[in-house]
Amino acid sequence: MKASQYLLDSGLRVGNGVAADPVLVFAVKAAIVVLGLTLAAAFLTWAERKVAGRIQLRYGPNRVGPYGLFQPIADVLKLLFKENLAPATRDKLLFLVGPSLAVGTAILAFAVIPLSAVNHGIGAGYDLHWDISHLNIGLLFILAVTSLGAYSIFLGGWSANSKYSLLGGLRSTAQLISYEMAVSFSLIGVVILTGSLDLEKIVTQQNHAWFVVMQPLAFLLYFTGALAETNRAPFDLPEAEQELVAGYHTEYSSLRFGLYFLGEYVNVITVCAIATTLFLGGWLPIVPFLSFIPGVLWFIGKVAVLILVVMWIRWTLPRLRYDRLMSLGWKVLLPLGLLNIVITGAVVAFQAA
Amino acid sequence: MLDAYIPILAFFGICVVFAAGVPLLSAWLGPRKPSPEKSMPYESGVVPQIGARQRFSVSFYVTAMLFIIFDVESIFLFPWATIVRQLKIFGFVEMVVFIATLFIGLVYVWRKGAFRWE
Repeated sequence: MKASQYLLDSGLRVGNGVAADPVLVFAVKAAIVVLGLTLAAAFLTWAERKVAGRIQLRYGPNRVGPYGLFQPIADVLKLLFKENLAPATRDKLLFLVGPSLAVGTAILAFAVIPLSAVNHGIGAGYDLHWDISHLNIGLLFILAVTSLGAYSIFLGGWSANSKYSLLGGLRSTAQLISYEMAVSFSLIGVVILTGSLDLEKIVTQQNHAWFVVMQPLAFLLYFTGALAETNRAPFDLPEAEQELVAGYHTEYSSLRFGLYFLGEYVNVITVCAIATTLFLGGWLPIVPFLSFIPGVLWFIGKVAVLILVVMWIRWTLPRLRYDRLMSLGWKVLLPLGLLNIVITGAVVAFQAA
Repeated sequence: MLDAYIPILAFFGICVVFAAGVPLLSAWLGPRKPSPEKSMPYESGVVPQIGARQRFSVSFYVTAMLFIIFDVESIFLFPWATIVRQLKIFGFVEMVVFIATLFIGLVYVWRKGAFRWE
């Protein structure tokens, strides 16, 4: 079907003859994803500070609104009305591209994550997919797009022409590309089991048992790698305040700084959503008789629990030393990832033979 | 077949507009009072003597090269992973040879000290 035809052909019917325009469906989905992720990320900053407060036996934010819930709104407004400071010796174009790339790639990766099972045949054979676009190589798409996030950090760190930024950017890039392998190798185990890169198929194949049961090593590898990929503690060396001020975003102010912040939290949501989809059964309920609860709620609930674990880890574990961080990635996670691939491949190949 | 990529393309456009528009908004709303001190790179209050773009540790380059090697490996592994079932033992043995070769390479650079950070 041609693109123009796809966009113009709005002859789909929903229910009793109400037309469902594919463009309208897309617009609604896109609006929900962009606004939902932005809002969720904003309130995650509140949640993070609240969790941190509770773990350190304090209250956390509690002045702005009930339970301090309006704190993120106040923060965004403050950032919005601040001056955009930038070093005069910066690389003008790349300095602008950095923060936008951080948010853009983080949101774009979410386009292929299915939030719930397909609603088959609403009206004239129209299947409602719960993702923005249903790609049969969704997993590759996610890996490709999230890898681009490394550019945002390196460009931001390099273009500022500040020593702290450059060191933070270098450290971070080396860390991201080192842990990238652990992430993609751990996902290959799941792909071997399902034989598909289609995220919806991967979830539906977890009907009997979630893949965290069959691939516990891969789940641990993915989770560790994902923490490093999102620059979260204990792998938050690029932003080690004590040594590097603020790392790669030292020279950013106003909402450009806010975009890096937003990008980090959207990335946390994205990696937790991927972990949920691949290892924790996506929208599937824990036990079959709870299936009356909609799949979306299951999905959001699982992602929320994972995010809570991520925050818990941040406020519990100390930061790793840089050389240990790199050796963990190359000498532990990478060989373990290869081992997992070989074992999983052996089991599947010998079963098939 | 390529229909699925039309929404992706449209969503990409939305992401670009969102990510590029937000900083413009703050540039428009925020005050603008430039001064030479403000436009200096931050160095904890010290006036920077030299630019930031100096030579840096060679370990970063080594890491980048190793990344390329193993990332290409993962590109070969993904298509194989989707059809292990069809290829059966033949495909598995082939891939073990491939992985073993690269693993020997990993051990070699490891022994050579590529992962030592001074």
